[in-house]
Amino acid sequence: MMKYSKKVMQEFLHPKNLGEIKNADGIGKVGNPICGDIMEVYIKVKDNKISDIKFKTFGCAAAIATSSMITQLAKKKTTKDAKKISINDVAKSLRGLPSLKMHCSALATDALKLAIKDYENKKKKADR
Amino acid sequence: MKFVYLDNAATTKIDSRVLKAMLPYFEKDYGNASSQHLIGQNAKNALEKSRKIIAKSISAKTNEIIFTSGGTESNNLALKGLFFENYPEKNHIITTKIEHDSILNTCKWLEKKGAKITYLNVNKEGFMNYKELEKSITNKTFLVTIIHGNNEIGVIQDIEKIGKICKEKGVLFHVDSCQSFTKVPLNVNKQNLDLVTLNSHKIHGPKGVGALYIRKGIKINALIHGGGHEKALRSGTENIPGIVGFAKAVKIAKKRDVKKMEILRNKFIKELLKIPNVNLNGPMKNRLCNNINISFNNIEGEAIGGYLESFGICTSTGSACMSHSLETSHVLKALGFSPLRANSSLRISLSKFTTEKEINYVINKIPKLVNKLRKISPLEGGKW
Ligand SMILES: Cc1ncc(COP(=O)(O)O)c(C=O)c1O
Ligand code: FES
Repeated sequence: MMKYSKKVMQEFLHPKNLGEIKNADGIGKVGNPICGDIMEVYIKVKDNKISDIKFKTFGCAAAIATSSMITQLAKKKTTKDAKKISINDVAKSLRGLPSLKMHCSALATDALKLAIKDYENKKKKADR
Repeated sequence: MKFVYLDNAATTKIDSRVLKAMLPYFEKDYGNASSQHLIGQNAKNALEKSRKIIAKSISAKTNEIIFTSGGTESNNLALKGLFFENYPEKNHIITTKIEHDSILNTCKWLEKKGAKITYLNVNKEGFMNYKELEKSITNKTFLVTIIHGNNEIGVIQDIEKIGKICKEKGVLFHVDSCQSFTKVPLNVNKQNLDLVTLNSHKIHGPKGVGALYIRKGIKINALIHGGGHEKALRSGTENIPGIVGFAKAVKIAKKRDVKKMEILRNKFIKELLKIPNVNLNGPMKNRLCNNINISFNNIEGEAIGGYLESFGICTSTGSACMSHSLETSHVLKALGFSPLRANSSLRISLSKFTTEKEINYVINKIPKLVNKLRKISPLEGGKW
């Protein structure tokens, strides 16, 4: 096992917000072209705020930890603010990631951004 | 926390008898084997006695063994040493796609120096094709180098068959036996082996010691020049404690340990295959007695390995996530597996110290952890 921070290990072994949301308002799916790993993020939005968020990951310890972390960071944020969550924000909340593993965190931020975009697109269509 | 060490393909715990045999050469007979005085000569005697034990274990002559710093150095010496001896008249080496990095990266380096390398394919179980080998040999070929027991998937190649082909075609045959040594019979005469790489730390000996068997009469260049040690093929004051420990490890290796590992391994594999949606990587037969490599589909190898580690269970994975380059294992790729299957692999490697109790402990843990990780896998349900 690679050397991870205590916080990464904690999120990896006991991840939060696991699973999917049945009637999600937005879904983001990404595949990591570097290592071949995969992540899905599901969101529920209420009054422009992310009211619920869940994830599924086929990935390494860092990928699982970052997905768990980003769901916690995004929850209750407005979609606008959630979009701004960066790789570094996630890594910082995890008390650091090995440099080789920073791309796993990108998997999480990308999946969240895609989920929000999916929600916005659906909303635009509905508004039209 | 209690530890269950199941990464013996990476390295093994030193046997206490080995350690005990080594200690006098640190504290008492610590002389330089080249010195003429008593303490030097005691060291020299230990060196030659060790050489004899190792030679005998593969039916070689004593003066055909060169001590090195390990498997990596022996592989480098074999390949580069022969290349510089044969180039430019001959420049072609034949190997496989499933070699250890110490062969593959040496080959890649030699390509830059003018070598031509053929990387033979293997089938789904990891066996090479002997016809393909035969067809690949040209009048430029000077060496065939093959991994005997594979470090990742445990497949054992039929080196007697390869040795016969090489002899008929008049090319040299080098075998990397780091994983198979003392586990699979090695006989340089019966199997027509010209060079054999051996190392110590996979068989409960110390790290940083190995040997290269070089059949008498084979011309080879040295890579390390200096005071002319080891027939001037490997200069440098000999690592006597290490070499003594290496020989002791060889001497105490027992057939019944191999049998014991095989029985435990078979039980382990049988239990693992009861978990739905898993695949054994590598063959059932002709497999190293201590090797298990299994893919828990839809789960990343590092994830299951990490969960096991949280219970003190040490394993290893060929998944991309664990390598420095983030590339999937070249061995699993060579078997033709999808990156997803390769990334889902876990290697479990036993030793003679592995107990049934430990295996039961692990077998009991794995299904639960697999279940937990599959619950968070987006691949479950076949949407991807
Ligand atoms: C098949 C094989 N060849 C070569 C080596 C390298 O040996 P060493 O670690 O002694 O350099 C190893 C082990 O690491 C191995 O498994
Ligand atoms: S997600 Fe593949 S290395 Fe982390």
